[in-house]
Amino acid sequence: MTEQIPDTVENAIATPDKDQPFHLLGLKPDEYQQIRDILGRRPTSGELAMYSVMWSEHCSYKSSKVHLRQFGQKVTPEMTKNLMVGMGENAGVVDIGEGWAVTFKIESHNHPSYIEPFQGAATGVGGIVRDIISMGARPVAVMDALRFGAIDHPDTSRVVNGVVSGISFYGNCLGLPNIGGETWFDPIYQANPLVNALAVGALRHEDLHLANAKGVGNLVVLFGARTGGDGIGGASILASDTFAEGGPTKRPAVQVGDPFAEKVLIECCLELFAGDCVEGIQDLGAAGISCATSELASNGDGGMFITLDNVLLRDPTLTAEEILMSESQERMMAIVRPEKIDAFLAVTTKWDVEASILGEVTDSGRLIIEWKGQTIVDVDPRTVAIDGPVYNRPMEYPAWLDALQADSPSKFVRATDGDELKKQFLALLGSPNEADTDWITNQYDYYVMGNTALHTPDGAGMIRIDETSGLGVALATDANGRYCQLDPYVGAQLALVESYRNVASSGATPLAVSDCLNFGSPENPEVMWQFARAVEGLADGCLELGIPVTGGNVSFYNQTGDVPIHPTPVVAVMGSIDNVARRLPSGWQDEGENIYLLGVTADELGGSAWAGVVHDHLGGVPPRVDFAAEKDLAGLLGAAAYEGIVTCAVDLGTGGFVRALADGVLRFGVGARVWIDEIMSRDGVDSTAALFSETQARALVSVAREDDVKFRGLCEGRNVPVLRVGVTDKRSGEVEVQGMFSVTIDELRHTHRSTLPSHFGPVVGG
Amino acid sequence: MRVGVITFPGSLDDRDALRAIKLAGGDPVSLWHGDHNLHGVDAIVLPGGFSYGDYLRCGAIAAHSPIMSEVIDAANKGMPVLGICNGFQILVEAHLLAGGLIRNDHGSFVRRDQKLRVENVGTPWTSGYTIGHEITIPLKNGEGGFIADDETLKQLEGDGLVTFRYVDVNPNGSLNDIAGLRNARGNVVGLMPHPEHAVEPGFGPDTPAAMSSGTDGLAMFQSVLAATVLS
Repeated sequence: MTEQIPDTVENAIATPDKDQPFHLLGLKPDEYQQIRDILGRRPTSGELAMYSVMWSEHCSYKSSKVHLRQFGQKVTPEMTKNLMVGMGENAGVVDIGEGWAVTFKIESHNHPSYIEPFQGAATGVGGIVRDIISMGARPVAVMDALRFGAIDHPDTSRVVNGVVSGISFYGNCLGLPNIGGETWFDPIYQANPLVNALAVGALRHEDLHLANAKGVGNLVVLFGARTGGDGIGGASILASDTFAEGGPTKRPAVQVGDPFAEKVLIECCLELFAGDCVEGIQDLGAAGISCATSELASNGDGGMFITLDNVLLRDPTLTAEEILMSESQERMMAIVRPEKIDAFLAVTTKWDVEASILGEVTDSGRLIIEWKGQTIVDVDPRTVAIDGPVYNRPMEYPAWLDALQADSPSKFVRATDGDELKKQFLALLGSPNEADTDWITNQYDYYVMGNTALHTPDGAGMIRIDETSGLGVALATDANGRYCQLDPYVGAQLALVESYRNVASSGATPLAVSDCLNFGSPENPEVMWQFARAVEGLADGCLELGIPVTGGNVSFYNQTGDVPIHPTPVVAVMGSIDNVARRLPSGWQDEGENIYLLGVTADELGGSAWAGVVHDHLGGVPPRVDFAAEKDLAGLLGAAAYEGIVTCAVDLGTGGFVRALADGVLRFGVGARVWIDEIMSRDGVDSTAALFSETQARALVSVAREDDVKFRGLCEGRNVPVLRVGVTDKRSGEVEVQGMFSVTIDELRHTHRSTLPSHFGPVVGG
Repeated sequence: MRVGVITFPGSLDDRDALRAIKLAGGDPVSLWHGDHNLHGVDAIVLPGGFSYGDYLRCGAIAAHSPIMSEVIDAANKGMPVLGICNGFQILVEAHLLAGGLIRNDHGSFVRRDQKLRVENVGTPWTSGYTIGHEITIPLKNGEGGFIADDETLKQLEGDGLVTFRYVDVNPNGSLNDIAGLRNARGNVVGLMPHPEHAVEPGFGPDTPAAMSSGTDGLAMFQSVLAATVLS
């Protein structure tokens, strides 16, 4: 890999038996043979570098492809009517009306974030934002879904501090509001945290750009940061390999981020788009120049000629192979018409962004790369970027699953007296996964850009897109690895409906899905079975709800040693709202409003927060999914927000009724008096189920008294079960569950807020 | 009334400042750091952000941007200049305001709705407030700790140049709870918190009346419009 004399095509033909280190690059012997068969000779070391990164699991989706096809197959014309760009591009694009479109995507940066939490998380944000720019959009917000190990494990603080500072450093400096996300702690993620970053961007329909190299003679321009030695082999060696305990640290393979360079790159790209200087564009992420050239060429006229010597380098000693593999951040590749190149370079010069012309588009069907006057790569780009290996990996029903599902939490004796239930309520609220995350979110800027309508701790984030009409979008991300461990098919659907319900609870209409599928090793048949079931569940669920998957990412090999993580399919749902002024926060603010519970409650505590916190238990089956009820509920919430007859909506999810109640109270510090006896009698459940069950398709809303009749009428008309369960109470300073217990808001807040600081230090800014 | 907002490489809240000026009734004008041209504006805002990534001392490179020579001239002639967050840091680096701004004492970036007391209304940016007026506007910075040597601090306090002071919580370890200050003439004001993020109902800090309804920053932009009309 470090030979100074380039390995040319000529040389490869002359030395067919040269020993090549394909296994060190993550290629299996049969994959290496496949490359030799495609080329009819051994690959040059440059070609080997390209194939190895592009055929890695991370870039090629070789184990997941056969399953992911369902997302494209299980669709109706109704689902795709607003879809301007579907799966397969850098990010999906959805028409939200008024000439506006929105592009969004969630992507993982898990393995780098364990090795080097700060840079791993920072470049995770940077990478997903470049995907959004590549579509021609201005990025308008970010979110993040995080999973860490046990909160009290000595290493967790290192990872949490690094990841949060990395996201804070990069996102804040980039000027993108961080509007939400989720954080879980579980020992299953101890040596394999998950850092999933989401970005959303807005564009006018006519500004849409795609990653293709069309037009013979058009120029291929690399611009942005210089190419350095960071992240070399990151894609293949990091993302496609399992951490071996006690193995050598892989730190040098993690990329280093420069948010300032990315901020300038955003503004520069937007000015290039506005000046019509760009025919096609692709960001450089995993696999760097190898990926950008082969994908652009594959999606265009099929050929490209590149002079690799023209790449501007940070380190002149880099070899050709290293240049091809480098994952240096903050770089983009554009296809530019020759007559536009002066205008293009004028814009990059204005922004002090360096650019160099690497070559041009051809119709030869070959991607040819020259280095020091000799051909070092001569391949059909489709064999690199598209027609990589596809595996139908063996799957096996997990041997342990039946026993796990049979171990229902119904075996636990239930508390009946108020004091005991109060203790459980407070224990739940202060548990790491239910606790206030302001220790994290106080380090993120959600104000920048001035369009943030909802943000943490609201259940969904919301951004105004059109400052005149108020048109906006709402986003939420969800995944519950505990549910997925019990049943990956239902668990993935639960992530979907939870995210869908969060968006609906903001008053927006859910439109589209992006997913980040985090799993263990695909070479483990039980993991592969979990993956297949989760994808199937998600695809079936999207079909039921009538919203398409527009893109996303698969992250395999999330495990330490032989223990895979719980399946964690993070589902992001995006919805639109015609005027963000009609949004609903997730808490009540006024005195004397009625609190209603929408939906019915069943005794569903399998995989629940209650089972985990109170009984340290994971077993049984997760809650049932009822898509019809979810759609009715979402329709009702949208209509009620539109007509302005509810003042807040809090969806019921993890932690059930009490968690939603606490959210409603703590959002604005306004108390409530509630009663659960009617829930118990109507639905035939006990107090534990009424308080803690995680039955889906439910929400709490507050309604001003003057809108009561109208609201009840709306529920009746839309067939949504409704029960008045309480009133808001601004004066008492407490939350009371009548006949059971009461807690002061101060105690509630203290319990909710002290958990993270007790492990990681004080909340910044008090 | 034309109010300019300078965009430096890495400026982030420039669009927000332009919007605030418009909402206050002014005519916002985008200015580019690389120009030697103020385009005939009547007042200037240096917005928040991370100019040049703030990899050196915050604001240190931007303070030497081409347009800063025109800004310094105009400021010395009495033109109203407001520096917000990174803009404040740039004004300090350009020696238009005293003291320095260092890493927050707790070491992290912090974003919070911050209560401030208006301590001085003798500036074109604060004339719309009353002395002692408590306002809440967003604060978001990593290096907002105000420092000065004893003598400078004594002079700032003695001459009444402290313009805003943190109330309830000092979020970054600033000496004497100083959140913002003015020059002796009063035309140049800098502060760490962000008035431009509290100008539009629905997008500002929460208030007891309604979520995101805080507009306590608007008076800062209205003040300068009134002041420039008068002059």
